[in-house]
Amino acid sequence: MSILSVENLSYTYSAGTPYEHTAVDQVSFSIERGEFVGVIGHTGSGKSTLVQMLNGLIRPSSGRVLLDGADIWSKPKDIRKIRFRVGLVFQYPEYQLFEETVYKDIAFGPMNKGLSESEIMLRVEDAARFVGLSRSLLQKSPFDLSGGEKRRAAIAGVLAMDPDVLILDEPTAGLDPVGRDLLLSQIYRYHQTRGNTVLLVSHSMEDVASVSDRVMVMDHSHLRMFDTTEAVFSRGEELRAMGLSIPQVTAVLDTLIDAGVPLSKGVFTVERAVLEITEYMKKEGRL
Amino acid sequence: MRDITLGQFFPADSLLHRLDPRVKIVLLIAYIVLIFYTGNILSLLFIALTVLAIVLLSAVPLRMYLKSLKVIIIIVLITSVLNLFYGTGEAIFQWGIIRVTWGGIRNAVFVSVRIICLILLSSALTFTTSPTDLTDAIERLLSPLAFLHVPVHEIAMMMTIALRFVPTLLEETDKIMAAQKARGADMESGSFLHRVRALVPVLVPLFVSAFRRAYELAVAMECRCYQGGDGRTRMKQLKLCSRDFVAMAVTLAAIAVMVLLNTLVTL
Repeated sequence: MSILSVENLSYTYSAGTPYEHTAVDQVSFSIERGEFVGVIGHTGSGKSTLVQMLNGLIRPSSGRVLLDGADIWSKPKDIRKIRFRVGLVFQYPEYQLFEETVYKDIAFGPMNKGLSESEIMLRVEDAARFVGLSRSLLQKSPFDLSGGEKRRAAIAGVLAMDPDVLILDEPTAGLDPVGRDLLLSQIYRYHQTRGNTVLLVSHSMEDVASVSDRVMVMDHSHLRMFDTTEAVFSRGEELRAMGLSIPQVTAVLDTLIDAGVPLSKGVFTVERAVLEITEYMKKEGRL
Repeated sequence: MRDITLGQFFPADSLLHRLDPRVKIVLLIAYIVLIFYTGNILSLLFIALTVLAIVLLSAVPLRMYLKSLKVIIIIVLITSVLNLFYGTGEAIFQWGIIRVTWGGIRNAVFVSVRIICLILLSSALTFTTSPTDLTDAIERLLSPLAFLHVPVHEIAMMMTIALRFVPTLLEETDKIMAAQKARGADMESGSFLHRVRALVPVLVPLFVSAFRRAYELAVAMECRCYQGGDGRTRMKQLKLCSRDFVAMAVTLAAIAVMVLLNTLVTL
């Protein structure tokens, strides 16, 4: 059974006023346990609203969200429990830090969950290790950290709740390329070690391509594609029409294909691309 | 959180929306004076109908007005009930200490109609005028005070900035609350003390970001050589046009009618 699925999910902001706006329109999909899913879409495509419905922060206007087959809104009073199972890291999460020390801030989630002191300590140290925060930083004020460290601390705050499903909304926004790659690799390693289900929302195709098993494409409040990373990136024309780019290496190969070189579509890693091209050149006898 | 609308601007295209904001403020003051100038039932009826006409002219759904009335309905009830029982004159109904007189009923009606008219009128102003237009108009109306060394421009600039940041900070509060709820913060249940404590994770980041924004804005303004109002020109020039004069003429007519009603009719 899929761990997370949604049926005909819709959400309309400010219904009945001149500001009315449907952010998510009749979206349905299901995600299997342990999958790494990338969610891409233009600004304003409804990604952020969608993910906030997945952990019950926003109640859908219509449709259902099923976690392990059970409607999360069946008991609205227990919605808080859902949030421990579906962890959501917001965009620019460093702006939510508030405690005196980094340790206490990371411990906020586990504490709300009602865990014991010793369990909390384990969780905090574990989470800090996953995001690469050194132990000496844990006793510092979160406001004394650098931008990148703040981001890590905030992400650790959600990891420490040990959610079954982890959703990250643009976790790499505003980071430099080195910090971006590091954070992505840490998220990926976390996913590999824990076997959790991860949803990574991003508008950077490179980010999504390098880690996702499947990719979801949102456009104008609708879910346009949900397929393997390869299949999605082999539809470069459609993506471009939605104002999305494809990974650079995919674009290069697409140009070659258009020029008549028989390569396979939807290649999104440099390694695969090198392999494809050398194979082709060998066949042609040029190598 | 989104339901708290300060400024409450309701975009639409009506005569009231297009009036010069300065004229709207001055006319609002005139009408408020008129509301309290009512001396008899007929003039009260007249002003109530005038207010109703203004409300209908604003092209804002009546439901929005009802919403703003909902807030003060308790005040209306309490004041009118008090007035009802403390009237002087001959009792028409008496039960223990409860004594109702014609004077009391009259007072109760006057007070409640006046309060309702006041709220409707000021709502009509805030519904049809964007906050920036409003502060702009206030700055222009207060500009004579600059001769008395009142920093009119600075006050107006602070008001504009404050209004400008209300939605931003509300949005920010929304976001931070959502983020803390996502970490399992419980803000909806528990004792009063518990709820107050639950606000700390929201307020601390909110203050941090408000200060950051203030600092950034100050730097950005200095980078563009902002140094107060001297010699600044404006993008939107306020200019009176025919509809503004019509509105003023109508108001003058209303004032004349009120004077006549108050002096000629005794009820």
